[in-house]
Amino acid sequence: MKKILVLFFVAAAAIWGAAANASGEGIPMDPFPVERMKDVASLQRGSRLFANYCLSCHSASLMRWNRLNDVGLEDRQIKDFLIFGTQKVGDVMSIAMRPADAKAWFGKAPPDLSVIARARTSFEYSGPDYLYTFLRGFYRDTSSPTGWNNVASPNVAMPHVLWERQGARETSFERVGHSEKGMAKTVSVYDANGNVTVSTTPLTGHAEERLDVSFKPADAQQARQFDGDAADLVAYLVFMTDPSAATRTSIGVWALLLVGLLVFVTWWLNRTYWRDVH
Amino acid sequence: MGLHKTEYKGLLGWIDARMPTLMLEYKKHASEYYAPKNFNFWYYFGAFAMTVLVIQIVTGIFLVMHYKPDARFAFESVEYIMRDVPGGWFIRYMHSTGASFFFIVVYLHMFRGLLYGSYRKPRELVWIFGCLIFLCLMGEAFFGYLLPWGQMSYWGAQVIVNLFGAIPLVGPDLAIWIRGDFVVSDATLNRFFSFHVIAIPLVLLGLAVAHILALHDVGSNNPDGIEIKDKLDPKTGYPLDGIPFHPYYTVHDLFGLSLFLLAFFAIMFLAPEMGGYFLEWNNFIPADPLTTPPHIAPVWYFTPYYSVLRATTEDFMWVLAAGVAAYAILLFVALQKPAVKYTVLIVALVLVALMIGGPLKLDPKFWGVVLMGLSVMIFFALPWIDQAPVKSMRYRPLWHLGVLVAFVLVFFVLGYLGTQQPTPGLTYVAQAGTLLYFAFFLLMPWWSRAGDFKPVPDRVIFSAH
Repeated sequence: MKKILVLFFVAAAAIWGAAANASGEGIPMDPFPVERMKDVASLQRGSRLFANYCLSCHSASLMRWNRLNDVGLEDRQIKDFLIFGTQKVGDVMSIAMRPADAKAWFGKAPPDLSVIARARTSFEYSGPDYLYTFLRGFYRDTSSPTGWNNVASPNVAMPHVLWERQGARETSFERVGHSEKGMAKTVSVYDANGNVTVSTTPLTGHAEERLDVSFKPADAQQARQFDGDAADLVAYLVFMTDPSAATRTSIGVWALLLVGLLVFVTWWLNRTYWRDVH
Repeated sequence: MGLHKTEYKGLLGWIDARMPTLMLEYKKHASEYYAPKNFNFWYYFGAFAMTVLVIQIVTGIFLVMHYKPDARFAFESVEYIMRDVPGGWFIRYMHSTGASFFFIVVYLHMFRGLLYGSYRKPRELVWIFGCLIFLCLMGEAFFGYLLPWGQMSYWGAQVIVNLFGAIPLVGPDLAIWIRGDFVVSDATLNRFFSFHVIAIPLVLLGLAVAHILALHDVGSNNPDGIEIKDKLDPKTGYPLDGIPFHPYYTVHDLFGLSLFLLAFFAIMFLAPEMGGYFLEWNNFIPADPLTTPPHIAPVWYFTPYYSVLRATTEDFMWVLAAGVAAYAILLFVALQKPAVKYTVLIVALVLVALMIGGPLKLDPKFWGVVLMGLSVMIFFALPWIDQAPVKSMRYRPLWHLGVLVAFVLVFFVLGYLGTQQPTPGLTYVAQAGTLLYFAFFLLMPWWSRAGDFKPVPDRVIFSAH
């Protein structure tokens, strides 16, 4: 039996390794600083950003306001600082905009964000990483209807709602890939107003295909601060996607300890019964 | 008086006098059911499967209390259970984790059967009931997967129901009849709910009982593949290598079950999505009949068969037709009775003709469905295609174990490919995998007889704990 198991795991590991090599397209996602999930202040800031900036076009209709109790906000605070309309703390985070209108105005109804962090996860990247990259990935692009484009989701219908917080910046794409004249390096620079300058240099010899993005913010400190805002907002979105997650893991550890004890007891019971079997 | 003469006292005596069946059955199936004493690790999975069945039924009952089988509310009601129902997340994650665990333990339970020849005479019926349970389980999983009404629920159901549309003549009408609509809709959700919560579970429970009754009539197999009923204690009449199921195997299984719970809880509490394999990420997007997801993949336990379906391309049909012809020739040479010989030949000729000519000529969709169905149904044939002179892998040539492990690997590769976007390269791998998958079964009558077998001992190998 040991032989079988060993054979099995060796082969399974080989398959897994081969599978892991398959890579996705597009730019790599920036890792979301997961430690923010444990930071209550961060989650509270995130919920405020969410209520102020997101919750007029996007709903979170599976999330009740008073679930924010879980991140340390009291009903009073939720009512005074977060709810703008006439909603009660026991209501869900719905919005007044009707989906049909939204579709007419934006071309696509903004999705409900209740479970967005999960829905955006894939085998290529995690939802939190995607959202963290997306929220920080807007750049001016005069060719798009809203004047905004996004590195994580090209031609997205959503404009950069948080642009004042992030500040102006220049964005350059450096793409190495096939063009009409063979391999070439194409650099596209979008200035702070969204005007693009493209320059192409042909490459000789072998080159790996790649796509890199870099940003040059007008105010580096403001941009850094905005990275913090984005992290807070994503932390909140992750919390909202599965509000019981923290409870679940903490109960889980105890449950496992208890079952561990059960393993010991049943092992002993089994041994005691089988001692006389020859 | 009509009262049964009882040996018990008190309440039990009172009951036994009125319903002797109870204690008789208890003895027959527990305290005096003699099981071989050399069960190993692989013999836990039957008890695990029964436990998961109970978990699924109990959590299912609680889920139905809050779930709404209505296309407008289904998705929300699942999230409502996860967020607003006290302990709802516990129940729901237990049910979703249980679904995947059911397949894990059943696959391992079946692997045990292959390892020790548990399906061989006289246990063919036990195996057939088991295969029927497996079919029910697949139905249960398929119907249940629509209920959360996410994108994968919706489009997965759409893809699978459309497969029925590939059946000649009646197909398209049959697909509409199954859905109750032209697309998967509220009507489909309601009937799938009905199948998931009552129709299939009823059949499943009945089959589980039949599986155990059939087993207890012939007695359990064991890692040595020896019939313990052949060596009885002359005094008591009980098998010398047997031991009463209760209490020995009840405490044994309790220990196994606590290990099982450790694994179950670890996933359920700490990683219920299991990296997108137990709960698919796309299924957190509500079903949208107007937006087809770029990549539709069934849940992991169906992916090996799904791979077989996708491997069937138009070009591959020629390979399959050639395979059928070659297998027919092999059977023709090997079989003895002329009537059988020629029947095989005629059936094969008709089959090949249908594959490469006529209205179903090279139709990859139809033949893919046939092949996928066959890849599941072929398990039924095992008791008859396994011709090894001994049951257990322990006394078969080592390379037989190699063949079995290779088959399991092929199963894994097919399963992995089923989760991936098809590319021409991966399709070739899936086609090779499909051929190997079927070769394992179809060539079993020959390879299972080949090689040097070791002598089987009279009594089971058992070392005291």
